[in-house]
Amino acid sequence: MGLQEVWFVLVAVLFVGYFVLEGFDFGVGMLMPIVGRGSGLPADTRRRVALNTIGPVWDGNEVWLITAGGAMFAAFPEWYATLFSGFYLPLLIILVALIVRIVAIEWRSKIDDDAWRKRCDWGIIFGSWVPAVLWGVAFANIVRGVAINADKQVESGFFDLLNPYALLGGLTTALVFALHGAVFLALKSADEVREDAVKIAARLAIPAIPVAGAFVLWTQLAYGKGWTWILVAAAAAALIGVVFLTRAEMEGWAFVLTTVAVIATVVLLFGSLFPNVMPSTLDPAYSLTIENASSSPYTLKVMTWAAAFMTPIVIIYQGWTYWVFRQRISTKQIPPSIGLKFKAKTW
Amino acid sequence: MDTLDVSRWQFGITTVYHFIFVPLTIGLAPMIAIMQTMWVVTKKDHWYRLTKFFGKLFLINFAIGVATGIVQEFQFGMNWSEYSRFVGDVFGAPLALEGLVAFFMESVFIGLWIFGWGRLPKLVHLACIWLVAIGVNASAFFIIAANSFMQHPVGAVYNPETGRAELTSIWTLLTNNTALAAFPHAVAGAFLTAGTFVAGICGWWMVRNMRRTKTVGPAEATRLETDARTMYRPGARLALLVIIIAGIGVIYTGDVQGKLMFQQQPMKMASAESLCDTELDPDFSILTIGTHNDCAGVTHVLKVPYVLSWLAEGKFTGVELQGVNQLQEQAEQDFGPGNYRPNLFVTYWSFRAMIGLAAGSAALALAGLWVTRKGRVPDQKWFGILSLVAIPMPFLANSAGWIFTEMGRQPWVVHPNPTGVDMIRLTVDQGVSDHASATVWVSLITFTLLYGALGVVWFKLIVRYAKEGPLEHDMHPPGDTDHEEPEDPDKPKQLSFAY
Repeated sequence: MGLQEVWFVLVAVLFVGYFVLEGFDFGVGMLMPIVGRGSGLPADTRRRVALNTIGPVWDGNEVWLITAGGAMFAAFPEWYATLFSGFYLPLLIILVALIVRIVAIEWRSKIDDDAWRKRCDWGIIFGSWVPAVLWGVAFANIVRGVAINADKQVESGFFDLLNPYALLGGLTTALVFALHGAVFLALKSADEVREDAVKIAARLAIPAIPVAGAFVLWTQLAYGKGWTWILVAAAAAALIGVVFLTRAEMEGWAFVLTTVAVIATVVLLFGSLFPNVMPSTLDPAYSLTIENASSSPYTLKVMTWAAAFMTPIVIIYQGWTYWVFRQRISTKQIPPSIGLKFKAKTW
Repeated sequence: MDTLDVSRWQFGITTVYHFIFVPLTIGLAPMIAIMQTMWVVTKKDHWYRLTKFFGKLFLINFAIGVATGIVQEFQFGMNWSEYSRFVGDVFGAPLALEGLVAFFMESVFIGLWIFGWGRLPKLVHLACIWLVAIGVNASAFFIIAANSFMQHPVGAVYNPETGRAELTSIWTLLTNNTALAAFPHAVAGAFLTAGTFVAGICGWWMVRNMRRTKTVGPAEATRLETDARTMYRPGARLALLVIIIAGIGVIYTGDVQGKLMFQQQPMKMASAESLCDTELDPDFSILTIGTHNDCAGVTHVLKVPYVLSWLAEGKFTGVELQGVNQLQEQAEQDFGPGNYRPNLFVTYWSFRAMIGLAAGSAALALAGLWVTRKGRVPDQKWFGILSLVAIPMPFLANSAGWIFTEMGRQPWVVHPNPTGVDMIRLTVDQGVSDHASATVWVSLITFTLLYGALGVVWFKLIVRYAKEGPLEHDMHPPGDTDHEEPEDPDKPKQLSFAY
């Protein structure tokens, strides 16, 4: 395998890491307003349970995206340049959502005031839904191809990106991430929130299976290769398995399966793309491939050493974080709000 | 405005926003690590309280630092795709390394630090904040190495077949003399910012507590004085020490960097001095008047001899410095017709603002060390005011310094290295993406308004928490058995921190 293939795989790995880890972060954020709603608990307490299941880890999870962006820039600068200038507006919207989400999560508990918390909750909900949908739209369009001209400029407008296949992709990622998040919540929380998360997961699986099934099948039939059939099967089987495992309250295994579903879907997308990185719908000769979009052999070599050395270390310490915070969180463990009142006391 | 101007404004605005918060993070993380280390070593509760107090301010700041930074990673591709194509082979490497080495470290260990109080062993928890401190500084190194390539490209060749710069030595790239001067300068500036921030807040609280002792009952007065003496004073002294060391570092690295710039980017320095024509031993300009974005409009009002020669080459006489006009002619010969002058007004004044604003920290450091000498705890109102006034000044100096560095290299986005590869150079108009200007206007307005709103909230939160002071519930460390009720095995233990 040449270094260009290695880096295609590594970029795929970074995006797999991002979607597996941020997938449930987005899911938790999406479900935060509704989880545990029927249990008579104060809204703020159950929301805090949900938020704190991802509390110590969400920031590290998000770095997978930043590093994926950096890796694309280093290994496939043409891809980086064409993709991000070509998908200008969707990326702008994703960035706005991510910015709002970051500060909303971090600042939510700083002020003890209902209106403040409500605003932060909106930030978290908006910041979780929007990327969950738009990443699916973006990746579906990458696989489908956009109008790249001879100068490597994308001529497709914003509304061209909203084609049926891509919209189905967006719906798929939104549903799968919501399901992934619900299962994660069921795994990480206790009592009322856990019970409710199990119910939500069971209900989400009903639309998720046909929608995601249709999307992976469409991807496979239109863009797939022989070996990617196995990913279609894995994604479908995993999603169906989730239904049974959540009913049996085996959240750990259910989470393994939603993870498998996310991995299978992302690998299917990258596998269908290979050896292109951004096919052109105008002329196959204009498509960006791992050959014509990559960096020089020296840069790839240096980056391979760096990645080979650093990635295992990162995975070890990030894994350790999950181990440290492995306990379930119950509503009884949520400490009273320690935020300040809005108005300063007089002195 | 056309796409180029809008894109430049957008990059400038988002980067200046980002770099309001970044220096505080870079400087404050090690200072909090030191405070926590002092607590672990001396077991004195006031170091714990200072750690928690400044830890809260740090986290409020960290969040917006991350939020404003995330855009930067993508903005190169979004708005500067031609630039990204040209230098991606070189420029992408430090960016990817920054993610792999630094961003993961800081963001994973900040989570462990925030939520790990009372859950991790004390020393492991302490190691977490140290790793955050190392991570934030490491990320600064990689991004400054990337920026230094734009100022002084090294370690690359131009490949005429692909039409781009290609990396030949990562080691040369990471040990670029520009990077080795710019990184310590930026870090020293960050420490100066954080030192002034901590010293300012502690100094203000010291004065406030001491003044309040006169108007409250004896028990309250004792508490206020004890806090001032045992908590704010050591906190302030630590920070004042940081200011002194960082101040010396800023001056030294600034001098090194200046001398490099005279060799590598003479146009930047000539325009910083409004030196229009080549002169032997030109005077250092302190004040000029005029509309000033061109040589004809400059009137020098106040000048000092010898200083500029020293800044440029380390000797007082016998230094010939090139002027803007001659450099412009030279550049036209070398690179063809075009305007190679930066905005003279901005470079001239941002250079002076950067240097002048450091006076705030210097004044605070000298006054602070004087009023706290030999165990004294100040109650002078002027010192309280000085403490507050000094805080914003290094922030402004940082911005001014980066505006000078970045606007001084205009019109280049990759400034030609006078002793490097001829073809590794790019002007900003060649680097910009081919967007309709309306598209970029949308993002410019979106980011400006969003960041503006978040900046206001950030400011209010910082002020609110600084005014509140160390909080009641952070009086004693978790697990401190003298102050905590014995654990009930039937009751689940509450999280020491929850969002």
